[in-house]
Amino acid sequence: MPKVTDRQAQRRFFETEIHRLTDRLYATALRLTRSPDDAEDVVAEAVSRAWCRLDELRDPDRFEAWLFRILNNTFVSQWRKRRCRQDLETELDPENGSSDELQFSLFQQLHQPFLLWWGAPEQEVVEEFLREDIQRAIDHLPDEYRVTLVLVELQGYRYREVSELLDIPLGTVRSRLNRARSLLQKELWELARDAGIVKRGGS
Amino acid sequence: MNAGDIRCEEVIKQLFRYLDREVDEATDERIREHMAHCRDCFSRAEFERRLRERLRETTHEKAPQRLQRRLERLMKSF
Repeated sequence: MPKVTDRQAQRRFFETEIHRLTDRLYATALRLTRSPDDAEDVVAEAVSRAWCRLDELRDPDRFEAWLFRILNNTFVSQWRKRRCRQDLETELDPENGSSDELQFSLFQQLHQPFLLWWGAPEQEVVEEFLREDIQRAIDHLPDEYRVTLVLVELQGYRYREVSELLDIPLGTVRSRLNRARSLLQKELWELARDAGIVKRGGS
Repeated sequence: MNAGDIRCEEVIKQLFRYLDREVDEATDERIREHMAHCRDCFSRAEFERRLRERLRETTHEKAPQRLQRRLERLMKSF
């Protein structure tokens, strides 16, 4: 869309880009919402909003980042509404937002220093997980942790951007992220043991 | 183990912030320098990087036909 005023050209650009990005929009929305129906609604709403605001997009090369920002915003506003309706104020964040607490580390569970020169068993374990295993582990995280993790790990958002999007302090972003990673790695560790990827009681 | 002017425990403590590009330039440089000499910390960083890539693969999923059709209808209505 090289600075077009022509609505037809704008429309063609928009449609092509949406076709190209639909899969990723959907999958990202699915990780955020956990529900296929909700994910579809979020994507459709985001596409509508994007079309209405297309004139605000200064640089066509930034379309993708701009569109995902709209997707995230759409999700967050629907998520807030839903939480209000359900009157579900789950207070997950630690009082002081400490991010130094002990973390569960999959690497530490798997790493065998004496094997250092002959291979990296922990890397092999990561390859053994099915995509479904990883999806499930992400989906099992409590909402607040999952959303923060999806923004940072899956979409590469900076902490400050998450803080602004979710309207939470930076310290809370950090502590949610730490907890999300800790819980996720713990779940993957248990899964690896249950699936026999690593032997019980060790790797 | 100690490599460069930053200790392994400090690197591990900062590792995710480093991978998230959230440390200042000086710390970033010190950690990178440390990794160049410390196999333990390097392996750990590689592990976390690869795990992150696996997490990102979960955003490569085919959207249902139903959504494709819905978006086509939607865009025609614009």
